[in-house]
Amino acid sequence: MGLEGKTALVTGASRGIGRSIAIKLAQLGASVIVNYSGNKVRAEETAAQIQSVGSEALIWQCDISDEKAVQEMVKESIAHFGKLDIVVNNAGITRDGLLMRMKEEDWDAVLNTNLKGVFLVTKAVLRPMMRQKKGRIINVASVVGILGNPGQANYVAAKAGVIGLTKATAREVASRGITVNAVAPGFIVTDMTDQLSDDVKNKMKQEIPLGQLGSPDDVAGAVAFLASDDSKYMTGQTLSIDGGMSMQ
Amino acid sequence: MADEDVLTRVKKIVVDRLGVDEADVKLEASFKEDLDADSLDIVELVMELEDEFNLEISDEDAEKIQSVGDVVSYIENHKS
Repeated sequence: MGLEGKTALVTGASRGIGRSIAIKLAQLGASVIVNYSGNKVRAEETAAQIQSVGSEALIWQCDISDEKAVQEMVKESIAHFGKLDIVVNNAGITRDGLLMRMKEEDWDAVLNTNLKGVFLVTKAVLRPMMRQKKGRIINVASVVGILGNPGQANYVAAKAGVIGLTKATAREVASRGITVNAVAPGFIVTDMTDQLSDDVKNKMKQEIPLGQLGSPDDVAGAVAFLASDDSKYMTGQTLSIDGGMSMQ
Repeated sequence: MADEDVLTRVKKIVVDRLGVDEADVKLEASFKEDLDADSLDIVELVMELEDEFNLEISDEDAEKIQSVGDVVSYIENHKS
């Protein structure tokens, strides 16, 4: 599953699942562009870990819901590394609340980053990938995009949208050697889930057939597979990494 | 009268990209109707023309390109 000589862009790579993905790809030999929006110190920590396994890291700050900023990031990444083989659309935010009380700005913020951001990054990287006649795009969706979740109408809508966007993009570019797949993590131990009370976490565990929360590395392993040649005959798929929560 | 040099270079790219007969690549030939190109073929064609002629074709302009003649006149009007 080696990725020697490959270049990967990971959005939202300063922490959590994005950081684990960036480090995993680096461990397999890829050079990584570490995108982040707000936390420079933690992005630098991710970059240092990438360098410690012998890979090259480039840190790039940009809000992925800003088209011009995204285009510049992609252009500079290619100028630096000469190509872009793998793109992981991971960056995401939450603004939870009951739909009846959800503010329009909370809806817009989540949709802009979690769905429009994936569209903008994908649009910017497809051109160079079509020139290369090869490319791997991996979108990070969520189990809630499949099952729904009360209090997360905006997040669920965006993540279900990512699954649909994955399929539409996969069909558009399949003939050009570019694959587009998604992963749908379940409850993973990150800053996002650390905020939950023990009571909520215990209830969650009861809904997980494998009986425990996942780790970011569980997600990173699936992303690495989708980034490698081992998955070359797969496109438009969503792999659930959720301890069995969404099994059909 | 189309610039022979531009036409020759455009023809070569169209033949390579779409795998059609050079004889079919006439100025009035429509990419979709006559040369069996899909939308993605046209996007790729535009990318290759940008490289060949060292220019940038905006998405708005690219959408207006329907025929070989459209390409040739666009390039003649935007050549540096």
